[in-house]
Amino acid sequence: MQDLAQAFATAFSMIGSLDPVLLEIVGLSLEVSLGALFFAAVVGLPFGGAVALFRFPGRRAVVVLMNALMGLPPVVVGLLVYLVLSRSGPLGGLGWLFTPTAMIVAQFVLITPIVAALTRQVMQDLWEEYELQLRSLGASPLRAIPTLLWDGRFQLMTSLLAGFGRAIAEVGAVIIVGGNIAHVTRVMTTAIALETSKGDLSLALALGIILLGLALAINAAASILADWGRGYDG
Amino acid sequence: MVAARWLATVVGCGVLGAALGAGAENRPVVLASTTSTENSGLYDAILPLFEKASGEKVRVVAVGTGQAIRIAEAGDADVLLVHDRASEERFVEQGYGVRRLDVMANDFVIVGPASDPAKIRGEKDAARALATIAATKAPFVSRGDDSGTHKAELRVWSQSGVDPAEASGRWYREVGNGMGATLNTAVAMGAYTLSDRGTWLSFRNRGDHVIVVEGEPRLMNPYSVIAVDSKRHPHVNAKGAQRLIEWLRSPEGQAAIGEFRLGGERLFIPNADGSIRPGT
Amino acid sequence: MTEPSPSDTILPLVFDRVGLRVGGVLLLDEISLCLQSGTRSVILGPNGSGKSLSLRLAHGLLKPTTGRIDWSHGDARERALRQAMVFETPVLLRRSARANVEYALALHGVPRADRRARAVDFLERTGLGPLAERRARVLSAGERQRLALARAWATDPEVLFLDEPTAALDPRATRAVEELILSISEAGTKIVMTTHDLLQARRIADEVLFFCEGRLLECSEAAQFFELPESDEARAFLRGDLSW
Repeated sequence: MQDLAQAFATAFSMIGSLDPVLLEIVGLSLEVSLGALFFAAVVGLPFGGAVALFRFPGRRAVVVLMNALMGLPPVVVGLLVYLVLSRSGPLGGLGWLFTPTAMIVAQFVLITPIVAALTRQVMQDLWEEYELQLRSLGASPLRAIPTLLWDGRFQLMTSLLAGFGRAIAEVGAVIIVGGNIAHVTRVMTTAIALETSKGDLSLALALGIILLGLALAINAAASILADWGRGYDG
Repeated sequence: MVAARWLATVVGCGVLGAALGAGAENRPVVLASTTSTENSGLYDAILPLFEKASGEKVRVVAVGTGQAIRIAEAGDADVLLVHDRASEERFVEQGYGVRRLDVMANDFVIVGPASDPAKIRGEKDAARALATIAATKAPFVSRGDDSGTHKAELRVWSQSGVDPAEASGRWYREVGNGMGATLNTAVAMGAYTLSDRGTWLSFRNRGDHVIVVEGEPRLMNPYSVIAVDSKRHPHVNAKGAQRLIEWLRSPEGQAAIGEFRLGGERLFIPNADGSIRPGT
Repeated sequence: MTEPSPSDTILPLVFDRVGLRVGGVLLLDEISLCLQSGTRSVILGPNGSGKSLSLRLAHGLLKPTTGRIDWSHGDARERALRQAMVFETPVLLRRSARANVEYALALHGVPRADRRARAVDFLERTGLGPLAERRARVLSAGERQRLALARAWATDPEVLFLDEPTAALDPRATRAVEELILSISEAGTKIVMTTHDLLQARRIADEVLFFCEGRLLECSEAAQFFELPESDEARAFLRGDLSW
């Protein structure tokens, strides 16, 4: 308990003094996870929409697979991405290993199934509501995907937040492909792991509190945005 | 249309990412080493001196010994710096490394709770200390992860005449974890464990644990540095690796290593001449 | 709005013994009818008689299990573009009223530069001019239905299907919608509307198609149907005995 109290104190003093090392790792955490979220959205939103709106053989298997992949263990993803990006691996020539790029790739692999699966669910519900009217207006399922993605933007925000939450909180993937190199690939979660392994529990906890605070702030902002948007748009 | 624009963006990002990831003109030297060495703070202290003198940039990837070796075997690192003589020699024999060179040494300590249930505090013979722990069935936590520290621990067990594996899960607990995590576990369990001095000195969660056995030759822990062979992996930064290794073994580098203090204590002994050997 | 020349109009629409079976249940039984241009056709009947299903079959939202549905001209895409449908509860996008109309225009290939003016024009015709920038979903029920009509009308349809368009509206909104339907009809669009409201049918219909339990029982001129219905069911319905 004393650790916890000290942790809160440390956390606030680090934030208050704008500790440069802290800012660096928070900045990198956001850069990596938001970057991964961006690409996950680019791929996952249309893909989830397509699976929701189109009928094709094997559709049920695809849905089951997408849902199952939501539970990918981060450390397994890290290992797989490492094997691919390693110099001895197929994409080693890119030189991405032990750089933030590899971390973005690993988190992208991790969270795209989440974004896609949750999008599919939202889009399926939306299509039930909109299908007749949109088809009557002359929109094919393909044409309807971007329309529904935009119209469902508030519900879809949840799927993006879920993906982001998973990314910002994971350590298994980024520590393997990033190497937790100081000033280069050290993010909040790997820093917490490091301080824990050095026995500096109150510092680790302090970082954890800051990470939680960050996640809370982002979710709160998104919730307020969604409420305002829904109120405005009906 | 829209689709073409998206595609161009994604491809562009990929190319940009590749460019950024590949690094600036001055390629960094990637050093694969162990978490215990990194956690001691040695690299933070001495590498900036090397970087300033040479203009090179060093990136330290600190993982478990086994993983560090695998990374070097895969060609994902340029230099390997670990403390496991048998693995180091095998690494060179198998053609992954150019040559094994001595660089520094530190030592191991046995730590345990202040209450010292096995009554081994001050014991000068590490093997006898472990035998006593086994006899009293006092709890002992092992790294259990094939690291240099773990192998050193097993060497001392083999000299004690006891095979702890039989007691695995009872008083002998194998955690399969790094040094820091192992120490966390040992402190929480009130158990003995073998640790490198550096990690122990910088460890902030000691509870009431203290050093119970230290200073005997069996507990010496020499480190070697090896350049990854460019004949095996043509892309490695052979020049940078060469400069780093030369500096570490140079009078300046060795002095920096010897001057490094942790909690006021000297942690690493310069060993470029190889006079300190692994405890037999 | 110009009427299509006789050679490329998609009307008449012919149902040839159309049947619809879903999940083993026969919902529509051997429906044969012919819808011509120039008249307002009202499909009348109690709930569950197959009115909505017939409309959706006509509009191409459903496929018949048996029988054929034939338009007189054009491929599937052309035919789709020349029709529009207004549902009992309109589905509107989370955008402004004007943007909703523009969306329909975009789907119909109207060039971007022309969409705004055209959308505003039809919003004004439906009395929604001042509400053009309002978010569609915050409009009242009556306003939303008028927006659906504006959206449909703006695409210059040859045929406008309406499925119980005023069932969810209060009398004032109902009257506004009916007036619009008459305006659209006068401008040259064929109206095909379902309703279970007898009085509404009297106000709107030139021609009545009477459905009961999945069968088309009568198809005749409105005046004749209301004065001299042929079937017992129609007579019961007109007396108010088959409302449900």
